[in-house]
Amino acid sequence: MTHSPSSFSLDRRSFLIGAAGLTALSAGFITNASAQDAQTPKKGGVLKLGIGGGSTTDNLDPRILKDWVPVNQAFMIMNGLVEIDANNHAVPELLESWEAQPGAKEWVFKLRQGVTFHNGKALTVEDVIYSINLHRGETTSAARSIASALKSVEKVSDSEIKIVLESGNADLPYILSDYHFLVVPEGWTDFNKPVGTGPFVFESYDPGVRSRFTRNPNYWKPNAAHVDAVEVIVINDIAARTNAMMSGQVHAINQLDFKTVDLLRRNPNLNIVQSAGGQHFTFLMDCTQAPYKDNNVRLAIKHAIDREQLLKTALRGYGRLGNDHPIPSSDRFYAADLPQRPYDPEKSRFYLKQAGLDTLKVEISASDAAFSGAVDAAAIFRTSAAKSGIDVSIKREPADGYWDNVWMKAPFCMSYWGGRPTADQMLTIAYQSTSAQNDTHWKNETFDKKLIEARALLDDAKRKEIYAELQALISNEGGAMIPMFGDYLDATSKKLKGVTTHPMFNFMGARLAEKVWLDA
Amino acid sequence: MTILILKRIALGILTLLLVSALIFAGTQLLPGDVASAILGQNATPESLTVLRTDLGLDQPLLHRYFAWLGGFAFYAAVISVPVAVLLGLLSAIWRGTVFDRAVNIAALAFVSLPEYFLGLLLILFVSVQYNLLPSLADTYPGMSMGDWLKATTLPALTLVLVTVAQMLRMTRTAVLAVMDQAYVETAYLKGLRTKRAVLRHALPNAAAPIVNVVSFNIAYLITGVVLVEAVFNYNGLGRFMVDAVSKRDLPLVQAAALVFGTAYVILNIIADVTAIALNPRLRHAR
Repeated sequence: MTHSPSSFSLDRRSFLIGAAGLTALSAGFITNASAQDAQTPKKGGVLKLGIGGGSTTDNLDPRILKDWVPVNQAFMIMNGLVEIDANNHAVPELLESWEAQPGAKEWVFKLRQGVTFHNGKALTVEDVIYSINLHRGETTSAARSIASALKSVEKVSDSEIKIVLESGNADLPYILSDYHFLVVPEGWTDFNKPVGTGPFVFESYDPGVRSRFTRNPNYWKPNAAHVDAVEVIVINDIAARTNAMMSGQVHAINQLDFKTVDLLRRNPNLNIVQSAGGQHFTFLMDCTQAPYKDNNVRLAIKHAIDREQLLKTALRGYGRLGNDHPIPSSDRFYAADLPQRPYDPEKSRFYLKQAGLDTLKVEISASDAAFSGAVDAAAIFRTSAAKSGIDVSIKREPADGYWDNVWMKAPFCMSYWGGRPTADQMLTIAYQSTSAQNDTHWKNETFDKKLIEARALLDDAKRKEIYAELQALISNEGGAMIPMFGDYLDATSKKLKGVTTHPMFNFMGARLAEKVWLDA
Repeated sequence: MTILILKRIALGILTLLLVSALIFAGTQLLPGDVASAILGQNATPESLTVLRTDLGLDQPLLHRYFAWLGGFAFYAAVISVPVAVLLGLLSAIWRGTVFDRAVNIAALAFVSLPEYFLGLLLILFVSVQYNLLPSLADTYPGMSMGDWLKATTLPALTLVLVTVAQMLRMTRTAVLAVMDQAYVETAYLKGLRTKRAVLRHALPNAAAPIVNVVSFNIAYLITGVVLVEAVFNYNGLGRFMVDAVSKRDLPLVQAAALVFGTAYVILNIIADVTAIALNPRLRHAR
């Protein structure tokens, strides 16, 4: 219920920011979206949101944010440093502009002026530095590992901050868009009721149940925060959430069930918002364990899955094919020239022979904790792999405790990754040999070296070249079979205007509340 | 009588001790650990303790419990108990008639459906198709009584439908068993009307099993509503407990389970004592 396996919760693995890249072309679509959305925003009304992914233990501490409800609420109260826009570009939020020295190691950020907190205090450089430092050094912050790339964060003047990195990284603004980097006043410690510079202020807050925030009359962002108040009703159960939408009790819900989207689509009073992003589903092979030690076995398995069928069945088509690497087609560094790996039982048999095998017996650990439909996906894999002489047995694991007991421990198991704003982050967290979350235990020196090299380059063309190589390397040698990417799915009432797709997460990158308006 | 009641209470406390031992053993079997479940990759037990104290999680439990005791479970009990007993009596009196059969078939049909499915059916027809009542039991402090009733009617109705059947059947059976006794026949032969024969002569003797099944069903209402809470997104103790389980907050899970256990034990004591009070033969040990 709470952690319904049918939700792609951020929970447990402290997902950073989702969904790498999106170009305008592949930016998904809103069904039945009308041109009216371009109208001038209307003021007023109470926005009601039914959001899944909350718990009675939630609070709004930027250090421990990890699930959809608190993340959305945090963006109602507070602002981030940098925002990712609908086209997956880093755009200014509280940091107004930035500039990097060659080598991308030293950066200077300009602070937006004239912004005040809800308690009337003016936003200063010190507040921003304090807020960044919440995630640095000895801290329980989930963003600690990303923040560890920052060597120093210093005040240059009343409007400028200098950040020096441990090593060059051209993606720093994207890194600072992570939803943990929210800004509170210097010295602030009460995270049950943080003060922010955000579009709404607290009226009532009952964690995991419901909350009501009213409009901040002094909000600095132009053309934002249109509604008078936002009510967030936490609805973790997917059926209850869908019912609330169908009966018109809320204006929007997040995380639709792939299996029922087509039914929901028939309702004339609502729109389905489908956003392509970096969320992908993985079959993880442990590269240190037999038989997966042998890359021929890994390639045999990668050719033994019918991706088209999997996408059609498990996601009802609401996604895109994967090519055994984690970078989505919408990312600016996507390797478009890398041929799509087909379902090819012949080739699969060939690789088995290379490995000195006629047939292969494997056991895959599966649970819907990995993603909604993971067990079905394993069954589809079982059927398609049989044609290659691979006998797959499915070990059903309990959803409860899956991330503790199975993930990174079972030699062959199912999992997923939420997307990341940059290719570098995605490749680093899951494939660099030293990462604590290198969940295929794959180690490749060339990969590690080139990854670090590409990170510091400010020349995008050259970076693209290297990232293409890295994607090919993972695809051809890595331990993850990545058959598909899943879209982010929300439903919104036709009365709700200003809704767009967004490459990061559901609900317009968790900033829906400040962007939409109600058209009575 | 007093000694009997004290004895029952002492036994109840003993039962609770046993329950607490079982709860402890049961929660130890849960896989995974609290810290990593709550705080993710960078969790430490210390930060968890801090987190829980910060949130004041031990405090709202009792508060929530009482808020929720007065919630839709109570609403459901207020409706289902009188309705069930009345229908049971009527179907006993009109045994074998169309009314008796219709009531019994309907009751059995509802009790055969799992409550979450029944809840979904009600939502489908009452909320989504005809938009009469909301599908969300969205309650909050400060809402008006009318709004509250509107919000909780569907979940309460679901519970009423699943609990009525058992109480109805038991009432009917108990009353019928007594009605077949010679003294009831005598009462009729004396010329008493059905109403008086049933209410004055049969019902008091049939009361003990009825009270038992009623208290059992109320206990079920209190403890067994977790699924219904989920379907209607009602914020009750059940949901609080499920949250605690998934976050591996064991003290909370144990506390919630103990609250459920206490409710059961107390209701059983009440049932026993009422049965004793209603039946003079039980008052005197032989």
